[in-house]
Amino acid sequence: MRSWLEKAGFDARFTSLVLALALIWAGLAWQTGGIFLSPRNLYNLSIQTCVTAIMACGMVYLIVARQIDLSVGSQIAFTGMVIAFVQVTWLGPETPYAWLVSIAAGVGAGAVLGVFQGWWVAYRGLPAFLVTLAGYLMFRGAAFLVADGQTLAPLSTTYQRIGGGVQGSIGTTWSWILCAIACAWVIVQAIHARRSRARYNAAMAPLWADAFKALVTCAALVAFVAVMCAYPDPTSASDGGAPEGKGIGIPVLILVLVAVKLTIVARRTKFGRHVFAYGGNPEAAFLSGLPVKRVVLALFAMMGALSAIAAVITTSRLNSGTHSIGQMAELYVIAATVIGGTSFSGGVGTIPGAIVGALLIQSLDNGMVLMDVSSAQRQIYIGLILIAAVWLDVLYSRRLAK
Amino acid sequence: MTALVEIRSVSKHFGGIQAVDRVSCNLNEGEVVGLLGHNGAGKSTLIKMVAGVFPADEGEIVVRGQKREFESPSDARAAGIETIHQTLALAENLDAPSNVFLGRELLTPWHTLDSDRMEHEALQVISRLNPNFRDMRKPVRAMSGGQRQTVAIARALYFNAKILIMDEPCAALGPGEARMVQDTIRRLKSEGIGIFLISHDMQDVFEVCDRVTVMKNGAVVDTVNVADVTEEDVLAMIILGEKRQRGA
Repeated sequence: MRSWLEKAGFDARFTSLVLALALIWAGLAWQTGGIFLSPRNLYNLSIQTCVTAIMACGMVYLIVARQIDLSVGSQIAFTGMVIAFVQVTWLGPETPYAWLVSIAAGVGAGAVLGVFQGWWVAYRGLPAFLVTLAGYLMFRGAAFLVADGQTLAPLSTTYQRIGGGVQGSIGTTWSWILCAIACAWVIVQAIHARRSRARYNAAMAPLWADAFKALVTCAALVAFVAVMCAYPDPTSASDGGAPEGKGIGIPVLILVLVAVKLTIVARRTKFGRHVFAYGGNPEAAFLSGLPVKRVVLALFAMMGALSAIAAVITTSRLNSGTHSIGQMAELYVIAATVIGGTSFSGGVGTIPGAIVGALLIQSLDNGMVLMDVSSAQRQIYIGLILIAAVWLDVLYSRRLAK
Repeated sequence: MTALVEIRSVSKHFGGIQAVDRVSCNLNEGEVVGLLGHNGAGKSTLIKMVAGVFPADEGEIVVRGQKREFESPSDARAAGIETIHQTLALAENLDAPSNVFLGRELLTPWHTLDSDRMEHEALQVISRLNPNFRDMRKPVRAMSGGQRQTVAIARALYFNAKILIMDEPCAALGPGEARMVQDTIRRLKSEGIGIFLISHDMQDVFEVCDRVTVMKNGAVVDTVNVADVTEEDVLAMIILGEKRQRGA
């Protein structure tokens, strides 16, 4: 069964992850009397997933390269405060383009945090675990100092849309247009890949398998957009007419951009290849003349920038900047990454896996809230799931090593 | 004729340990020079300096008449020196083409990886070494010892190296695969490539080497032509660390 799947080009790990997600969704739908699968809840779930998923994309790279970043939650807090400070205190929220300047400042600040940590790890040889544990403490403290512990609000009205709340989606028409473009792209990619492989007489998966994969991907895209459009936008009904569907939330679009970009970098660029080679065998990477220190530094800088993007969505949803955001984010992000099949032994991991992992962990969190599970209990369950995911990874790696 | 590589009185110490002590030797075109000695004799340290893994403390390395100082393994590669390390230095999670082109990836005009071309080229060079090896997409982790060795050799050959360093290339191989490596060495030799060969297997050495340089405790005992000596002579040099008595 397994070898048959692999011959057809299906990744066993990713397939089982998607099946696990389907099972969990079915269970949660049953336990909540269907509320979990209502368009409204799924829209919220899609927004909640984005923050974790965007950071998990960066964490995939770090864990693939045998590093870790425990400070991402504190990075959100600090970069979020920088963004709020630039908007509220420095420029004033309704100054034109203040929100854009603040985002640039936040992403820049995130990259600086990353470079700081990456420099200690790559050029001074300290273990990432310790450096980022220190960062966890320091950046949280720094977040407090930005505004002396105050909450900065309100933020720019344009900026608030980024969080996916009021007017935070692109409406039904654009959602379907994007859906059509995405489906077309999936199909074109599949055809292009087959042509390119045929040109060099390379081994190829059977046609039906590629067709089936493209079909399932397109069906998932259509289903997703259909659900997002089925959620009536409360603000659109104010002028009397029937409410319009919300469509895809803006955070989801940001996530898609990040994920596509980072997937291309991982699979199609030298940098991505070097990250995976370094993770697979650091000594071989050095002996092959790869610029390993620069690669590690860049990874931490990228993680910082991604945390800042996550901070943009978080502060926008809250319409304020406070130094307490992002608590426990590192746990959710690392859990999502590991659940998504990224291995702590290095060299293995995918962006789509991490996104499904983030969706899985947010689904559980969201579903348990609907089921009135207390937050203390939720923490215990999330912790157990993290252990289960790492355990599965250990089993899987052991089987590969045989 | 200038030598391909001339190592002139090179030394290296780690802390208080003199790993390599004023070693001199050279390598000519189309020649295989065996480096022999016990574990800890300084062979691997010596070739790591030639391969750019770390710099020499003293002495100089001259490549085709030009004095070189390698800051990194890529400098040595740029000078035409390819190394097959004892550990093979392969990324286990990547497939053969990725490893062959690691650090020297082929790119499309859009500066992305040209994976299909790399796979095609890797298949060409690998199937020349081992015609039965055709599955280019499986990770190194899933390969046999011989296939891994083939990938490491293919990586060294693809870029038209003039100087090849092989550190224990047959240590992990079965007899058939070891013969494949020996045949490869002979073919490369006939193409004018110079090879430094580190090996523990005396038969291996007598099979392919022209000269052997014997080391003990970091220093050279002697360099002799293989044709002039017997296996016993060389073994005695390795164990006793003394030059062979001429005419004995």
